[in-house]
Amino acid sequence: MALPQTVPFIGWAWDDLIFLVLAGLMLGGGLMVVLGRDIIRSGLFMVLSFAALAGIYVLLGAPLVAAAQVLIYIGAISVLILFAIMLTQSKAGPSNLVFHHQSWAGALAAVGLAVIIIVVVIYTDWPGAATGVVASATTLIANLLFTDYVLAFEVVSVLLLAAVIGGVFLAKREDSPDPGARAVDEPTLGRLPAPRDES
Amino acid sequence: MSQSLDAYLILSGLLFAIGTFGFLARRNAIAMLMSIELMLNAVNLSIVAFGAFVPGLAGDGALIALFVMAVAAAEATVGLAIVIAIYRNKRTPLVDEYASMRE
Repeated sequence: MALPQTVPFIGWAWDDLIFLVLAGLMLGGGLMVVLGRDIIRSGLFMVLSFAALAGIYVLLGAPLVAAAQVLIYIGAISVLILFAIMLTQSKAGPSNLVFHHQSWAGALAAVGLAVIIIVVVIYTDWPGAATGVVASATTLIANLLFTDYVLAFEVVSVLLLAAVIGGVFLAKREDSPDPGARAVDEPTLGRLPAPRDES
Repeated sequence: MSQSLDAYLILSGLLFAIGTFGFLARRNAIAMLMSIELMLNAVNLSIVAFGAFVPGLAGDGALIALFVMAVAAAEATVGLAIVIAIYRNKRTPLVDEYASMRE
């Protein structure tokens, strides 16, 4: 069964409908991340926002970026953030005061920024822009990666190594000289309990 | 609509503004980091949109977006490690209670 050329009853192209749905999901997820009271729910809405953005990358003809978005953002960064949320949950639960007292200034700045960006985008005539999406072939990206961008590629690998070492070093707990002298209420997250002497 | 550069750039700008508000207004340090991720995603969207609509940049846009993702992963790793290290000392993830440099 072939789909009709346009969306039935509305007359839009399918791409427009998909774009609007994905854009709504992405912006709605982003708003829920920012405004949500429960921070774990914020993290899960962030996953929704990232997934919708991956769909928009597909619409833009960049399937490799979409795959990397799913792998890196949804698979790695979101899981890392969810773990960090669970490690820093306080016993009192979500705080009553989610925002700073001066958050109206932040809201003002954000709305001003959005208005400025929209005005600039609408009134700028982008030179050299095509009227349609030009899909980027994966072979072209691979060729560019190992010719023009090979130095950046190597530097990024060193950067990731440095980030891994730095993350481990920062999150590592200082070993106390006497394990028995630790405070009682200290949580033992991130390390195994000390072996106990049975004798 | 899905074939115009303006629509993607406006979408990117809106997402960036949402991230800005979250970064400025939230009290939780991890919520601030999540807002930073939203802003990085917005910038990535505009980069990919330019790469898709400017014929001379086909390929470059996607590649630069991939580099941005790698740097974002590094940033998230170190940022969350710093937040966890501070949480271990202060017992709270709320940034307005980190006042030891003011006292």
